[in-house]
Amino acid sequence: MNSFEYAMPKRTADVFRALESSDSIIKAGGIDVLDLIKEGIAHPQRLVNINSIDELKYIEGNQTTGVKIGPGTTLAELASSEVLSGSYRALAQAAGSTATPQIRNSATLGGSLCQRPRCWYFRNKDYHCTRKGGFTCFAVNGENENHAIFENDFGCVMVHPSTTAVALIALGAKLTIASAKSSREILVEDFFVTPRENMHRENILEQGEIITAIHLPPAAKNMVSYYYKQKAKQSFDWPIAEVAVSMQLDGKKCQNPRVALGAAAPVPMRSKEAESALNNQEVTIDIAASVGKEAMKKATPLSQNKYKVHIFQAVIKRTVCWASDIDPFA
Amino acid sequence: MEEKKNLSQKEISRRSFLKGAGIASVGAVIATTASVDIKADTKNDSDVIGKNGISCEFDVNGKKYAQKVPPRTTLAELLREDLNLTGTKVVCDRGACGACTVIVDGKSVCSCMTLAIDSAGKKIETIEGLANGDELHPLQEAFVNHDALQCGFCTPGMVMSCKNLLDHNAQPTLPEVRKAVSGNLCRCGTYPHVFKAVMDVSGKKGE
Repeated sequence: MNSFEYAMPKRTADVFRALESSDSIIKAGGIDVLDLIKEGIAHPQRLVNINSIDELKYIEGNQTTGVKIGPGTTLAELASSEVLSGSYRALAQAAGSTATPQIRNSATLGGSLCQRPRCWYFRNKDYHCTRKGGFTCFAVNGENENHAIFENDFGCVMVHPSTTAVALIALGAKLTIASAKSSREILVEDFFVTPRENMHRENILEQGEIITAIHLPPAAKNMVSYYYKQKAKQSFDWPIAEVAVSMQLDGKKCQNPRVALGAAAPVPMRSKEAESALNNQEVTIDIAASVGKEAMKKATPLSQNKYKVHIFQAVIKRTVCWASDIDPFA
Repeated sequence: MEEKKNLSQKEISRRSFLKGAGIASVGAVIATTASVDIKADTKNDSDVIGKNGISCEFDVNGKKYAQKVPPRTTLAELLREDLNLTGTKVVCDRGACGACTVIVDGKSVCSCMTLAIDSAGKKIETIEGLANGDELHPLQEAFVNHDALQCGFCTPGMVMSCKNLLDHNAQPTLPEVRKAVSGNLCRCGTYPHVFKAVMDVSGKKGE
């Protein structure tokens, strides 16, 4: 790793000052940042360690009031949270399925949202890809088996790596983003930036801004949620396809569904097609299967990832079933 | 486009801010022991440790070590190269294989993806801390009895993940054991023996 200075602010207010130095980047759990530095992708002169700020680590509230989560909360803490065991369980499931037990003990929710692409061309310093300022997306005509099947015609075909974002989008979560001067709130689904909008960033954070809180809205009546991912390995792995669903379930009748897909596009995305196929339906295995098919109608797979379309159909079907307490294999 | 404009405006204001603010120095100590080379960032308590690092106190297996570490030193590097505790292995150096697993303040972490400086003052447990002289820890004994290792390179990390599980859950189920070592890669494929070893230890503990 290159040498860097290390700022250790104790309070959120001190973070902004430490970030004023040019070439500084924020480190929370450090899993992504240290990887980027070791791979020679990032060369910060200063790391601003926000992991020592206790006021960024909390899970407050309940299903009635809504839940507020500090960005410094670890994935392991989310996975075992009582508050997230009911209507919000998709978030606990997503956090608990990310990476390995060791990584989940270090990695934070804020870091999970802000991590940089995991595309193997991006992570290899020998490939000067579009996202790094080059002119070629090496995955388009290269090894693209894990890449995007949506929004993949704009010069970068990576899939966004944040698993927690998929669950947060399904739950309708919001973020508070703060800088030294101001703060703003934004839906998680609006936080991410597609290559069509801007090739060189994955989210809307400006230099000097950090996520200071994640908000889950109060759970609607009879709200259920579920997260599921398909991997190549049984133990830890990146997803081939991941889906989070939330809906109000009156008996088996579904209302106000939200369906979010990860490992599908350069941003964690909502599937409006899936949602309209599910809304006001009595959920059955057949309905769940048709939701999967609808969600994939507009997919535009690349040369090596047509298989993902079929996997997504199955994963969406299963996730909708499990959210509704139906055995998809019955 | 608008974002880019905003960014460059911010760059300018940041530069002029720094120019105006200058660099002051304070003597605040961040880590648990005396500081070397601490300089203050700008105005007050946002302390910055220089690239050369500071002297910190590390508690490894109950023993205290004073060591100067640059911020970029990982915990794995500190243990192996500075403290000569080479039981902790480094394989992928990217948090993917678990060979470097140690326990910090009761939580298993990849020491290759943990900065040493962040572990200062915390309770660090490594494979060296398990045996009591020639007397093996029950978990180590069970690994031997169940042939839970072949080449042995993943073993220190594997044992630490298992110890971390048993520390929090003395009577784990088989799925819990499987999950606990899901971040430890064993290319020899000794997992079934590892599971037996852990179940054996938990059975003993239950008696």
